[in-house]
Amino acid sequence: MIFSFDLLINAVVSGILIGGFYAAVTSGVSLSFGILDIVNIAHPAFIILGSYIAYIANATLGVDPILASIVMMPLFFVLGSGIYQVYYVSFEKRGQESLRGLAFFFGLLFITEVTLVLYFGVDYRYVEARYIGPSWHFAMLDIPLRILVPCLVSLIMTTGLQIFLTRSFLGRAVMAVAQDQLALRLMAVDPIKIKRIAFGISIATASLAGAFLIIIQPVEPSVGREYIGRIFAICVLGGMGSLPGTVIAAMLLGVVESLTSTFYGPSWAPAVSFGFLLLTLAVRPAGLLGR
Amino acid sequence: MRTPAFLLIWLAVSAAVFAASVWLGNDYIFFAGYVVLQYVVLGTAWNILGGYCGYVNFGSAAFFALGAYSTVAIYKLITEHEFYRMPIPVLMLIGGIVSGIVGFGMGYLTLRLRGAFFAIATLALAVVLQTLVVNWDYVGGSRGAYIIRPEQIEPIGNYIRYLFLIMMLLAVAAITIARLIEHSRLGYGFASIRDDELAAEASGVPTLRLKLIATTISGALMGMAGAPFPYYIGYLQPSSTFGLDYAVNSIAMPLIGGTTSWVGPLIGALLLGSLQQIATVTISSAVNLLIVGFLLVIFVIIAPNGIVGLIHTYLQRKPEDFVGRRHVKAEMPGRVP
Amino acid sequence: MIVAGPANANSATASGAAPALLEIENLGKRFGGFVALENITLSVPAGERLGLIGPNGSGKSTLVNCICGTLRNEQGTVQFGGQRLDGLQAHQRTHLGLARSFQLPRPFVSLTLADNIRIPLLYTVATRSGSRHTAHEVEERCAALLRQVGLGDKARRLPRDLTQVEMRKLELARAMAAEPKLLIADEAMAGLTHSEIEDILSLLIRLNEQGVTIILIEHIMSAVMSFSRRLVVLVSGRKIADGMPDDVMRDPEVERAYLGQ
Repeated sequence: MIFSFDLLINAVVSGILIGGFYAAVTSGVSLSFGILDIVNIAHPAFIILGSYIAYIANATLGVDPILASIVMMPLFFVLGSGIYQVYYVSFEKRGQESLRGLAFFFGLLFITEVTLVLYFGVDYRYVEARYIGPSWHFAMLDIPLRILVPCLVSLIMTTGLQIFLTRSFLGRAVMAVAQDQLALRLMAVDPIKIKRIAFGISIATASLAGAFLIIIQPVEPSVGREYIGRIFAICVLGGMGSLPGTVIAAMLLGVVESLTSTFYGPSWAPAVSFGFLLLTLAVRPAGLLGR
Repeated sequence: MRTPAFLLIWLAVSAAVFAASVWLGNDYIFFAGYVVLQYVVLGTAWNILGGYCGYVNFGSAAFFALGAYSTVAIYKLITEHEFYRMPIPVLMLIGGIVSGIVGFGMGYLTLRLRGAFFAIATLALAVVLQTLVVNWDYVGGSRGAYIIRPEQIEPIGNYIRYLFLIMMLLAVAAITIARLIEHSRLGYGFASIRDDELAAEASGVPTLRLKLIATTISGALMGMAGAPFPYYIGYLQPSSTFGLDYAVNSIAMPLIGGTTSWVGPLIGALLLGSLQQIATVTISSAVNLLIVGFLLVIFVIIAPNGIVGLIHTYLQRKPEDFVGRRHVKAEMPGRVP
Repeated sequence: MIVAGPANANSATASGAAPALLEIENLGKRFGGFVALENITLSVPAGERLGLIGPNGSGKSTLVNCICGTLRNEQGTVQFGGQRLDGLQAHQRTHLGLARSFQLPRPFVSLTLADNIRIPLLYTVATRSGSRHTAHEVEERCAALLRQVGLGDKARRLPRDLTQVEMRKLELARAMAAEPKLLIADEAMAGLTHSEIEDILSLLIRLNEQGVTIILIEHIMSAVMSFSRRLVVLVSGRKIADGMPDDVMRDPEVERAYLGQ
């Protein structure tokens, strides 16, 4: 492999941009797994669902995929709240979340994937928008807009989420729910309701992340699986529930993956996230910005 | 019941099943039965870690595939260098060792942490091992690998019958191991880990060591189940060998059957495995996977202890009808209905 | 944080005497910036009946966790029976003869009471003696231990069938099953009636008379005072008093920091 500076810079920049997108993909899990302690491994499936909804809206109505996914967010919120309600009644309340709760989410992941396969087949689907195709060129840099746009919107979403969590009453209640349920009850706040809302929000982010995904790459139902390792690696590395940590970890992983696929070939990229995850778990379980 | 007696009974049952299948004379029974028995092994293996210790493994497919691919690697080696052809039991042993080592290694890296991390790590492991195999051209890479199955084997006849027989013996071995664990010191240790690791440590249980034993046994059995698979399927492809259906089935079967005893995975696998074999022929393979997914979700919600739990509750409710069968309860200690 | 020197001025055993069963020296533990324990030095000779008191959050449970290996202490050493415990995992410490009951009972919920007791018998007693008991012997021992705490008729029941008191008794029975040299009872009596407290106290005293050293952590003062021959007071992670119970209770610092509030 010939080492070239151009290649290196481009790989790093596109890694950072992809990392921005990864932040959107992971922020939902940072909320559910990091803060609420709900191991929602079905999250990637909801992201793929988001991709397909954006695809339908785009293919039939010609709507911009990001716009379509923002419109769909309330629906995803309701879906998430409903799932949490089932999860709470069936597992959390009975104290069986570890084994059966995990199996429950795994079942959801599987059902979503197979349903999509049955309905859409295993062909790759893609969307059309003005920013898909053109690139910006600066000096030696080559920035495709289809990656830049999701990255920017993702950073806006993550920032918004962070402001919500740290500034608003509801957001603070969400942060408190994991640590001190008693204090919440004393404030006459129902922790279950807070968790329901928070889980709804976490699934709502999947709608947007799904649109980003299908803008960046063509999607078929099983693509989501590649993201499971990535999402949880970023979540753990980012310090479980810290959104700034999530963004930093996402960009770090993006860069490492991008370098790997540039210099070793794209088929090796999925292994990077797992290596990251294992290293993090073995060396620094509290993550980069551990609490 | 003592273990030798248990083993003998199941060997007798196996012999009867095999004889009946031969008598029916349709080789399709062996093709379908092989898959069902394979799931008995996978479900039982999963349950040793998942049901007994409470650690969820989503990466069953990876352990299964490791066994299958060690067979492919050896097959290539043999055909290229014209070595002595290894019999399938030897290949199973090798596949078991490979998967056992990987199980041990993964356990060592992740079991110090909370259970959820282990579950996630197993999921990611499946993806990474698949990446490695896809990039490993020697075993066919993403194109897959062909294995030529011999037509006949003496004295059994058709090769599929031989594979079926081997898988049946492995299934008997797996449930015997599971039952042996259940009634031993190890089984009590596993149960204490499942219930409360801190209290288990305080009672003197070396939790980390026990968990490593569980991941190793569980991984090894899955690898052994995978080793003959290339000979069964003839053409091995990473995307199907690492398929999510192995992962979901090996979780769904114990959870649907019941996780606290060896009976659960057996019932689950026989029931669900047969159902899928029928559904694959009559409907489609995607639909039958959907059925498994729905059954899994429904069962974990409404019947936390699976079919065995349902039967147990039924027997408890109407003890007067089943006075003579109360031993069923005694057979399965420590279950929460 | 100030690192104290190796002096053990207020250790009960003077140098030269036989080492006590439990020797804690300059133990320190912090969680992030919060100092949970600071310079704890404590020596417990064999056969002692020690009461450990202190307000909520004073570090009692953290101390127990550091002794038993559930938590790792950053500073100081813990010795048990002349052996340093640093680096030993919790189960290894249990094998050495250190047992505890948990503040909130942590039974093995899917196992019957007899099987709950069976775990330490199989994993601690059998490991220590090197010999395996027969199934029948183990069975007998489980039944005997449950009888001892008054749960003899519930051997086949599951923990969820128990009342709060019975749960605490099970917790004690399980700790006793490990045949410890030192038993740490962490709030074994909270929420119990007077006669139930009497029951557990007499149980602990009987154990002590059989040679088991006992550290009792308790909020109920009458129980502590009637049980302890020596009293240690923790406040904000520091040991502020150590001595005869009556003397300790008269200590002005104890009154101010603990009882006076």
